[in-house]
Amino acid sequence: MNSIDATIAEKGLMSSEMGSERTLYPYVTGTSVIGIKYKDGILMAADMGGSYGSTLRYKSVERLKPIGKHSLIGASGEISDFQEILRYLDELILYDNMWDDGNSLGPKEVHNYLTRVMYNRRNKFNPLWNSLVLGGVKNGQKYLGTVSMIGVHFEDNHIATGFGNHLARPILRKEWHENLSFEDGVKLLEKCMRVLLYRDRSAVNKLQVWCLFPFVTSAFYPLFS
Amino acid sequence: MFRNQYDTDVTTWSPAGRLFQVEYAMEAVKQGSAAIGLRSKTHAVLASVNKANSELSSHQKKIFKIDDHIGIAIAGLTADGRVLSRYLRSECINYSFTYESPLPVGRLVVQLADKAQVCTQRSWKRPYGVGLLVAGLDESGAHLYYNCPSGNYFEYQAFAIGSRSQAAKTYLERKFETFMDSSREELIKDALFAIKETLQGEKLTNSICTVAVVGVGEPFHVMDQKTVQEVIDSLEITEERADQGAAMQEDRSPETAPMDI
Repeated sequence: MNSIDATIAEKGLMSSEMGSERTLYPYVTGTSVIGIKYKDGILMAADMGGSYGSTLRYKSVERLKPIGKHSLIGASGEISDFQEILRYLDELILYDNMWDDGNSLGPKEVHNYLTRVMYNRRNKFNPLWNSLVLGGVKNGQKYLGTVSMIGVHFEDNHIATGFGNHLARPILRKEWHENLSFEDGVKLLEKCMRVLLYRDRSAVNKLQVWCLFPFVTSAFYPLFS
Repeated sequence: MFRNQYDTDVTTWSPAGRLFQVEYAMEAVKQGSAAIGLRSKTHAVLASVNKANSELSSHQKKIFKIDDHIGIAIAGLTADGRVLSRYLRSECINYSFTYESPLPVGRLVVQLADKAQVCTQRSWKRPYGVGLLVAGLDESGAHLYYNCPSGNYFEYQAFAIGSRSQAAKTYLERKFETFMDSSREELIKDALFAIKETLQGEKLTNSICTVAVVGVGEPFHVMDQKTVQEVIDSLEITEERADQGAAMQEDRSPETAPMDI
């Protein structure tokens, strides 16, 4: 293995004079994020765990963050790369606010901006090792989308990353409908998070659940108190 | 405005605190043929007078589409106008690519104004010799802006630039309070009437003017000449009726006088 890597390095395909500097593997990672549209807006849930390999090392990591006035971002994957993304978004929202002209970036704009960022990093062989869920409501319009570390992006009524794709989406496909009330939405998310806690080795039993519109709130639901 | 010793450089102030080169640039705008713009809550209309060098040549293009939701009309140095419209199109398309969303008009005009300002503060540059009427649609409705060679910009309900624009402005000043709630058709009629005012006697036909519209559910486009001629014809019919009505009133007054006696 090492000799093969060495020959590639010698050919200079993926290294510079100073040695290659690109993300090779993630270190501290978050597991699944689930997002759904409900009647009045968006609900997103993620647990608060940061795993260091197979060790469940950090148990108070906030993986859901509000962005601007209209959006919510959730990330799975490398936590430090998520923090970098938050810095980019902070700058983006700051410049948007500095215009002070009544216009503001909505979830669609933020989602596309992130897609451009992730895709460009992937093209440089230095990806931000995250799967992002971007949800929001602007002028009554709900928006829910995802971007992966290679720049694959799409919108849907329910989104999940990581293990959530395999364990939660089947539940969502069966039980999601257009007119979920807030309570039913939370119950649905709780059901999915419970399944993930049973079957995902990197899940922890402390959650963040965010709702967007009519007001942005945060609630911490420990599954086992 | 007369030649004086402070007008050679754009970076030289006059003792009265004026930048003459910038003011001369604004004179260039007044030399171009007229362009007018007006807007309601949901629509914005641009109209321009087409001037051709001779009967043999085609006329100058004065109205440019910048994006589906923004268009401009220019007066002044057409070449400068073309270059600026290329810049505006570039900004719009870059924003669209990154954010999948149309660039808000207010932000585009600020970027354009900042670009114009740079040329008023560099000794190796000259101000753009073109005034732009920027009409566009936003989340907050339809907007009309005027961008000056000086780097200033203003938002307007209705405005006219270019030669003999004062006649159009006088007409618009009379009627502007009704524009906000006007329908699309009324706006276009008012635009053509204002153009008529600048022609001062010359007959208004579809070959000497261009009209463009942008509105809710309607991307920016230049109206085809047939439709423009139809609106011009309906304008003349309304005018004739108004003239006839005035004539009829004059007939009535001699009738009342004998009865008074």
